[in-house]
Parts: sequence; structure tokens; C-alpha cells
Amino acid sequence: MHRTKVKIVEEALDANNTIARANRSDFDRSGVSVVNLMSAPGAGKTTLLEATLGGLDLRVAVLEGDVQGSADADRIAAMHIPVVQLNTDGGFGGECHLDANMVRSALPAFSLDDLDLLIIENVGNLVCPAEFKVGEDTRAMICSVTEGEEKPLKYPLMFRACELVVINKIDLLEHLDYDLDKLLYNIDAVHPDVPKLLVSAKTGEGVDQFRDWLTQVAAGAPAPA
Amino acid sequence: MHEMSLASAIVNTVVKHAGDRKVTLITLKTGGMRQVVVDSLEFYLGFVARDTCCEGAKLEVILVKTRFKCRPCGEEWEPDLPHFRCPNCESADVAIIAGEEFEVDSIEIDEEEAACTAPR
Repeated sequence: MHRTKVKIVEEALDANNTIARANRSDFDRSGVSVVNLMSAPGAGKTTLLEATLGGLDLRVAVLEGDVQGSADADRIAAMHIPVVQLNTDGGFGGECHLDANMVRSALPAFSLDDLDLLIIENVGNLVCPAEFKVGEDTRAMICSVTEGEEKPLKYPLMFRACELVVINKIDLLEHLDYDLDKLLYNIDAVHPDVPKLLVSAKTGEGVDQFRDWLTQVAAGAPAPA
Repeated sequence: MHEMSLASAIVNTVVKHAGDRKVTLITLKTGGMRQVVVDSLEFYLGFVARDTCCEGAKLEVILVKTRFKCRPCGEEWEPDLPHFRCPNCESADVAIIAGEEFEVDSIEIDEEEAACTAPR
């Protein structure tokens, strides 16, 4: 018996990235722009979509990623927006993110040629979704003011893996002992100059700006990182 | 759960290179910017490697320190915190020159032991 060392030097997530590129080609061929929307659980992804999509003058569809259930997809479907639910509970209690292959498996359920914009609402998690590209054009993350101001320093990968940071639930600021300037400082430390939007999905403040951003994405800007 | 997906990605990468030969050691390079918990990764690797040529393989992890470089002034430093502003000139134009690695660096193969029969 003898042992041989074999040098490999290969990015372990190459397989995911290859499928992500295939997804991206399909999206480009159909002329649909794709946003990967990420956040911690409960930051308000679905509520923001509910507040935003109604007034959006685009042909839009949503891919919902959750460990279990279809509660979020049901809310989007109630707005008569095409939606597909992906559940990730096949493994040890459920995957904590969507990967490129999961997204690929859901694509036949959409008429991509008839869409301007596809929003992929990722599983609520500040770690894993940042690691797995799914073929998106651009990524937005939501952090809400009920989360700590230190979150950017604790989850730098997530705060860097996005082209927009939406700061949600600002209607609660007056009730909270929250230092918004500190959050903005920490976001700037981790991802200098990333665009930030102050939003309340509940009151509608800032929602127009998020809608404008989505419209720009659908028109082909901004470029992905 | 993050580490389970990463463990699967490692096994898939190794299987591709090892073919049906038995793997005894996997050497992984992971950077300081990756949020990988090594103990957790080892734990899940034990599960996802079952019935593959990686079953029973040991995992060796080489941690790569995070290193930034300021593009305008050329300053290089190892950050304690993920602060992406140059400590010398305050520029935000900062490149990560090390610390984003998550790669299978090498494997050790047992050339004569029974081959794996169930590729993933």
C-alpha cells in the first residue's frame, strides 16, 4: 500500500458557480433581470415586496426560498404575481440558503420570456446566501433596525455581497434605543460607498426609491459586483 | 447547515479528481473572510462522505489570513476587523488579496486499497 499526494487547487464551490452561470445565460437570453434578495429571518423581505410590487410597472415574478411551508409565496400569490415556492427541507432539517441548482430546478415553472424582472427571495440567513451565487444580476440585502448596529461587522460577507442595503422598519426608530449613525458607519466600514435606502415597508416611506431601484435593475443597471 | 453544503461541495470536488481511488486525506485552504466553522465542517464531512471514495478521509485545514491592499497608495495590512478603508490614506478602494479562499488544495490517495463503488 502506498499513498500518493495529488495537488488539486480547485475552488470547492466551482460546481455551484458553473450552474449559476448557466442560469445567468438563460436569464440573459430571455431578457429578464434577476435580483437576489437576502436578509436575516424577519427583516421584512416579503413585506417589502408586498409594499413594492403592486406599484411596479414591470412584468415581475418571485421565487420564494424557505426551509418549509408556503406562507410567503401565498402572500405574493394573493397579489396575482407569478410565484414559485422552493422548500429546502430535504437535508438535515433544511438547507439555510438557495443554491444555483435549486434555482435552476424552479426555472421551468416560469415563463422567463414574458418577464422583465425575477426576484429571488432567499432563505432568511445572514451567512450562507452570501456564499452561493444563483445566477442573479444583482443582490440586495435588507437589514432592519430591530437587529443590532454591529451586524455588518459580524456578517461582513453578507454586507459585502450586495449592491444595495435596504434599512427597513425605520418607523420603529422612535420607539427604539437604536443608533442609526452607528449602523451606517459600520456598513460603510465593511462596504464603503454601497448605496443605502432607508425604508419602512409598513408606512411606505422609502418604498418609491426601492421601486425605482428595481426599475433600474430591470433596465439593465446597476452592474453586479 | 452552512457547513453541510460546504462539506458536500468538498466531497464533490474530490470525487471528481479521485475517480474510484480511496482518499485518505483532504487538504482544504480556507480564508479568514469565509465564515467556516472547521469543527462543524469536519462533523458534516463525516456524513456526506459516506459511500464515496472520501469515506473515512481525514480533513486538514490550512487557514489563510485575511490581507487587504489599498489600490491607490499600495498599503497592505492584515485587518483585525472587516474595515475596508485604508488606514494610511482613507481610500475605500481596497482589494482583498488573501482571505477569500475556499479550495481543495490537495488529496492523498491510497493507491492499492479497495476502490469506492458509489460515486456521488
